[in-house]
Amino acid sequence: MVDRSALGAAGEWFEMDVERGKIREFARATLSDNPAYLADERAISEPTFLTTMIFWQDESSNPWDTVAMDQERGLHAEQEFTFFGPPPRAGTRLKARSTISAIYDKEGRRGGTMTFVEMTTDFHDADGALVAQSKMTGVETSRPPDSAP
Amino acid sequence: MTVPAPPAAMVFGPLTRTDFVRYQGASGDMVPIHHDETFARAAGFPSPFSVGMMQAGVLANWATDWLGAENVRRYRVRFKEQVWPGDVLTCSGSVEREYEQLGERKVDVALICTRQTGGVAVQGWATFVLYSNGAQS
Repeated sequence: MVDRSALGAAGEWFEMDVERGKIREFARATLSDNPAYLADERAISEPTFLTTMIFWQDESSNPWDTVAMDQERGLHAEQEFTFFGPPPRAGTRLKARSTISAIYDKEGRRGGTMTFVEMTTDFHDADGALVAQSKMTGVETSRPPDSAP
Repeated sequence: MTVPAPPAAMVFGPLTRTDFVRYQGASGDMVPIHHDETFARAAGFPSPFSVGMMQAGVLANWATDWLGAENVRRYRVRFKEQVWPGDVLTCSGSVEREYEQLGERKVDVALICTRQTGGVAVQGWATFVLYSNGAQS
């Protein structure tokens, strides 16, 4: 059950190095052969690359667990990445911070209340400029998700 | 400064458990339901299914092949149907709007990643900046 008091919870700042090998690995894993990701010395990161922030966060920097979303009824509903210039290139060190930025309810089409939770992560460059933002939206349904393929 | 025409739809797969595991390892999301057969069955699923962010990533890359990796400014996806071993995914997209914003020429595109059943795996929306040399960055 979502803990509404988690709204506004913020993690500690964390560092994330954008690395050429990681960009290359991520390109392979997302079935891309784009030379911008694979060949460039200072490869640009893929639009969804910042999801690898998981490797750079720990309990103190990731506030998601404070939401206490039910694992059985929780789903990743939406994901958004915003870039305030070109996406970060290999060799960039980012400073980032995640915040539980919204919690709200919607009525499901098949009845039952769905609770949405948004976690926003801001990524800053070495000069402190906001260069990217990631927004993850999770949803807790009132019953477990369908299992039919 | 016109928007390059969308490339032909691109097909990926049939996807395997190995593809799912490679994405999990690369992304850092090691939730067992996406690779552990025993765990997935115990949770009531016929087999593991992919991390949604995998097909979100495949669709994003298809869009940057079209409009340039440097030019993306926003990418949003909504997760719809799960993706299973053996699935074949098709990525395609279309131009929604071309406009000027703060001195930059921009384009909004609608993106879709469908399964072989016709069901939608992920639906996406993206904004790219356009330069006079098109998709070249």
